[in-house]
Amino acid sequence: MTTRREFLKLNGALVVSASLPFAQEVLGQTVVGKPPLVPTELDSWVAVLPDGRVQAFFGKMDMGQSLEVAIAQIVAEELDVVPGKVEVLMGDSGTSCNQGGASGSLGISHGARPLRHAAAEARRLLLERAARHLQVPESQLTVADGVVSGGSRSVSYAELIGGKYFHHRVEWNRQTGNQMDIKVQAKPKAPSEYKVVGKPFARRDVEWKVYGTGDFVTDVRVPGMLHARAIRPPRAACTVRSLDEASIKSISGARVVREKDFVAVVAPHEWDAVRAAQMLKVDWHALDGAFPEMSALHEHIRAAAVVKRQEPVKRGDVTAALKAPGMRLIEAEYQWPFQSHASMGPACAVADFKGDRCTVWTGSQKPHYVRDGVARLLGLPPENVRAIWVAGPGSYGRNDAGDAALDAAFLSKALGKPVRVQGMRTDGTAWDPKGPASLLRARAALDASGKVVAYEFVAKGFSRQHIATNESHPADSLVGQALGMPAKPTAIFGVPSESYAFENKLLAWETIAPLVDNCSPLRTGHLRDPVGPELHFASESFIDELAAATGEDPVAFRLKYLSNPRHAAVVRAAAQKAGWQARPSPQRRRPADVLAGRGIAFAERNGTSVAAVADVEVDRRSGRIWARRFFVAHDCGLIVNPQGLRYTIEGNVVQGLSRTLFEQVRFDRNSVRSVDWSSYPILEMQDAPESIEIELIDRPEIAPSGAGEPTMRVVPAAVANAVFDATGVRIRSAPLEPQRVKTALATA
Amino acid sequence: MAIYRLTVDGKPVSVDAAPEMPLLYALRNDLAMNNPHFGCGLAQCGACTVHLDGEPVRACVLPVSTAAGKAVTTIKGLGTPEKPHPLQAAYVAEQVPQCGYCINGWVMTAAAYLKKHPKATDGELRDALAGLKCRCGTHVSIMRAIKRAQQSMA
Repeated sequence: MTTRREFLKLNGALVVSASLPFAQEVLGQTVVGKPPLVPTELDSWVAVLPDGRVQAFFGKMDMGQSLEVAIAQIVAEELDVVPGKVEVLMGDSGTSCNQGGASGSLGISHGARPLRHAAAEARRLLLERAARHLQVPESQLTVADGVVSGGSRSVSYAELIGGKYFHHRVEWNRQTGNQMDIKVQAKPKAPSEYKVVGKPFARRDVEWKVYGTGDFVTDVRVPGMLHARAIRPPRAACTVRSLDEASIKSISGARVVREKDFVAVVAPHEWDAVRAAQMLKVDWHALDGAFPEMSALHEHIRAAAVVKRQEPVKRGDVTAALKAPGMRLIEAEYQWPFQSHASMGPACAVADFKGDRCTVWTGSQKPHYVRDGVARLLGLPPENVRAIWVAGPGSYGRNDAGDAALDAAFLSKALGKPVRVQGMRTDGTAWDPKGPASLLRARAALDASGKVVAYEFVAKGFSRQHIATNESHPADSLVGQALGMPAKPTAIFGVPSESYAFENKLLAWETIAPLVDNCSPLRTGHLRDPVGPELHFASESFIDELAAATGEDPVAFRLKYLSNPRHAAVVRAAAQKAGWQARPSPQRRRPADVLAGRGIAFAERNGTSVAAVADVEVDRRSGRIWARRFFVAHDCGLIVNPQGLRYTIEGNVVQGLSRTLFEQVRFDRNSVRSVDWSSYPILEMQDAPESIEIELIDRPEIAPSGAGEPTMRVVPAAVANAVFDATGVRIRSAPLEPQRVKTALATA
Repeated sequence: MAIYRLTVDGKPVSVDAAPEMPLLYALRNDLAMNNPHFGCGLAQCGACTVHLDGEPVRACVLPVSTAAGKAVTTIKGLGTPEKPHPLQAAYVAEQVPQCGYCINGWVMTAAAYLKKHPKATDGELRDALAGLKCRCGTHVSIMRAIKRAQQSMA
């Protein structure tokens, strides 16, 4: 493998779109004859280099879960080359079509589709050429690692087309984003023919990360660039009354940029920009008491008017069944806090505005939408903007990266110079869009035999899209809002995804209005597995409560009602992996300081089924929960790379555990008080599980359905159910932090 | 402003900076060493960790003046693909990364700790790694890598 820098140099010729002449100077190459970068050109998807290596142009990206390798495997499989020969160029709007960026765990299920089709079509065209070249009928040709043989002769892909374009049209489904696909004449392989897909292959991002030889977006440097820090106000929805530019005059070269309520400082040296940001005196006009008391957050949600309600699952007549005489009624209410992306580093972006064009290097997981947002913000046509994704300091949805990208672009245009923006810790914790807080209520009616006759689940919370899922409209960014563009929230939440066959069943959601419409550090947006952890924390805790109420084993209870066999299969597999002994929860109490228990939870996510068993220890003295062991069963259809899949599941378990045990955004009536790692603690090594055992269920006959997020949603309830099993105490508010647990145990 | 001389990954260098400027900014900007990362600026996460005369320090809060006359080692100086430190080799063998931004903290902290405590137990290792963050949740494979390195160093 080449290093990443060499890679761009070596391959620049083929990856630069001719429609973006300014891009040539970025990659230092001149390009003649490349078809335009549109989904209808095969050359927009795949290329064969003169040395026989293959490039795949991917409009999504790998943020560390080894999606890159899976894409290489899929392309290699269809082309019949070894995966090591396939390089995947990811997330650059100058080299790839808008496949929507990283989104919804769709990297393989949706993202790989057009690449798979393109690779199959490229192989078909190459075999046509080979047949002519070798004068052998196509039916008598064989391919091995990019070499076509027939008769007694052979010819390589490199000889057939290396370094040249296919100039071949394909049929685009006219969709942009996740749904983008192409139709081709070639028929992709059947899973039974796979040699490469389904096998473990090593990831490609370990060496540069561990030897410090590659670049994150934070490491991008453009000659002559200035360092900037955006100044976020102390409270939500502040406007600038005045600012004192003289307050930073002692810092040579530092200056202020202000436009309406957007304020930033810039300086040639980064440390000077940091100091200027600390020293600048701004007189902000602020709202007073815009937020409820943190302790009253869920009272606020309960009392707030419903903006929108939907009932995605409605069967029978729940209301009547809940009121029917002779029923035993079980009800419970669960609470979930605001959570922060709190990425490992605050977001960074570099923008270079020149003439009527702008290049932006961004860690945003949706670079094509950054292109669109920058174009709108700067008043440029989108084809004059190029957004290049470079690995950022973590990305789990709509974090602060989109804001940094638009800040940098705005400042570069304002100053006429390249500008690098990086936040301070508080920008990544206090000012990122938040996962929404919610109140989740469940009710059920059991008949005399203990059968669940009615089940109602209603989630009520802030919308998961107060801020859109991407930054294509500046109104969804802090700079856009500070310039006076009002946010246009979408009201959406969600309901649990399961197949419990209760005869009367209602799953509904309700959203409430944002606390503050614009420029709010409590604006809400997509955080990994949007609303999944909270919905299933509540629903799978409640299923456990029903099992406990009827004195049934939690696994047996689930299996009694699950109607989808794939759902039942993961529950069985997780239980078996954990050595689950059937008995009701809680277990009999023993007089010990540290109590052990086990809990199970199950959920589906867009076709992927997952169940997890948690073995926990609860220390009654401190309230500390240690989730020592997890056992996960996972079914996402066809498995492309089992090794990458295991690591993806592990990351989900641990990040999910962190959100379960520790994470909540703290705030007072005016400000977010979670500004760093001590005010927004996450899981550390002492609290990491000892082991995570994973059972992968491979279903080659079923199209892959994604693994980037599903496991996250079963972790909270698996832990809460295990705590109940250990202690007999049901904790219905997340996070299950030590003080809360200690109090709950003491008052039980 | 003053001139500070130090060695970084074995090479003598000098930096013209304000004495209170954190070492991280000297490494990243004046010396173009990209591998130590800014994570928090508060010594709360470890992404900026380097060795100062062999001891792990958080470069985001350590004034550059404190590093004058001392030897700084970054993860790039710890080992190379050709001659990896056992922890780097173990990270590769265990395929640890998700985003990878946190790696300096774990590798540099564990490298210094294992040197002094080659026989550390799992519990001791967990305690020694307190204060380091990994937002992607790779903790289980980090522990696997550290234990693999520990075995290869024994």
